[in-house]
Amino acid sequence: MFDLTREMLSYPFIVRAFVVGTLVALCAALLGVSLVLKRYSMIGDGLSHVGFGTLAVAVALGLAPLSVSVPVVLLAAFLLLRISENSRIKGDAAIALISSSALAVGVVVLAMTVGMNTDVCNYLFGTILAMKKSDVTLSICLAAAVLALFVLFYNKIFAVTFDEGFAKATGTRAGVYKMLIALLTALVIAVGMRIMGAMLISSLVIFPALSAMRVFKSFGRVVVCAAILSVVCFYLGLLASYTYNTPAGASVVLANLAAFLVFSAAGQARRLIA
Amino acid sequence: MAADTKEILRLENLSLRYEAAAGWAVKGVTLTVDEGDFLAVVGENGSGKTSLLKMIAGLTPPTEGRVVFENLRACEVGYLPQQTAVQKDFPATVTEVVMSGLLNRKGFPAFYTKKDRETARAHLERFGAWDLRGESYRTLSGGQQQRVLLARALCASEKLLLLDEPVTGLDPNAAAELYDILADLHTRGMTILMVSHDVDGAVRRASKVLHMDTAPVYYGDAEGYLKRGGFHV
Repeated sequence: MFDLTREMLSYPFIVRAFVVGTLVALCAALLGVSLVLKRYSMIGDGLSHVGFGTLAVAVALGLAPLSVSVPVVLLAAFLLLRISENSRIKGDAAIALISSSALAVGVVVLAMTVGMNTDVCNYLFGTILAMKKSDVTLSICLAAAVLALFVLFYNKIFAVTFDEGFAKATGTRAGVYKMLIALLTALVIAVGMRIMGAMLISSLVIFPALSAMRVFKSFGRVVVCAAILSVVCFYLGLLASYTYNTPAGASVVLANLAAFLVFSAAGQARRLIA
Repeated sequence: MAADTKEILRLENLSLRYEAAAGWAVKGVTLTVDEGDFLAVVGENGSGKTSLLKMIAGLTPPTEGRVVFENLRACEVGYLPQQTAVQKDFPATVTEVVMSGLLNRKGFPAFYTKKDRETARAHLERFGAWDLRGESYRTLSGGQQQRVLLARALCASEKLLLLDEPVTGLDPNAAAELYDILADLHTRGMTILMVSHDVDGAVRRASKVLHMDTAPVYYGDAEGYLKRGGFHV
């Protein structure tokens, strides 16, 4: 496996995908714990679809993909959080509506400009060929920001995730922290989308948190486990993709699925023994 | 404690309407809570008890009127909310939950110190919950969960405690135990404001009673309330 890794990393484009993917996987897992526990998983899904739509528009207009998708996805995060908090409109239905609309816009725009070809497939399911030097720089900055904010505000994030009412009543500005998490998630998704694909990126947010929760019972351990698991699964998925010539994004998701099944079984076994 | 009673909380014509077209959920509540009071807020379901408490806790902005804290910062309240669905499947240890009560007195960055750990320990020991510190919150019994949340509330404030239906879902023994804890806190000078549909249990321990039916129906001392044999509208 060591030799295989060395061989794989002798390709510069794989190195770039490896760096960006690892950092995105790490950040997505950290933010994912809070999103999953707050029942906001759908936001990740909605954001990735909006990201796809804006990516398509950017390509059609000949603009740099991230310069268009980052601001739009940030705006979408703001809106989606508002929608899911407002119980008067059906939050999940509204998000599904926005998701599929953005996806449809993206597909139509792409079909009208570049034609329906493998490009569309790349956007939907990801490609590791897409990463440029600037993406590597951006993802390093992003990961540094997410890590720093997560560590500095860790206790507040726990309080807001566990009991928003109590956090608010005792003077924590819960809305600010929730918005921060949603906006950072939007950035992570915008950066990671092109490797993982618009259809698959939200699994990086959801899977590691769910797997870690099968086994661990403290918030701190769930966070650490999700982060490590996410990075390991990304690496294994990339390795499998290289070895068996399978699509990278889908391979990473399958690695996460395998981890989830293993962790579920371990959690069950632990409960039976205890 | 000073001989003269010190005002701690004042509600001025507090009213709430969730939507402009809807009727009032809470109408015209004016009262003062003094230091050391134990105020029980009772009434039927939908009488505006919890809405009233949420306005006092700062979770719902009032449509009219205002909440004024005296000798107390607004965030210096210990709040014991109704359990939310999220918490039923939440991976968190008792220690993690209780420590989060200390955040209101932390600046930035909010990291816990050794002293914070000792404070949390003292409150857990007080309720005989120190042995549970490593346990997962979601695996505790209802009574244990309430004691943990009470310890968290006390970490947030030693002065004013707001309780929203604290005995709901508890078996009679656990409920009695919780009432004993509250009575004990009250005798030590804690100001308590408790919303409950368990009228008998709540009024017996309280010093003052507010009976809500959107607007206040009865507000006065608990003895007077008991003498009237409750209040039925």
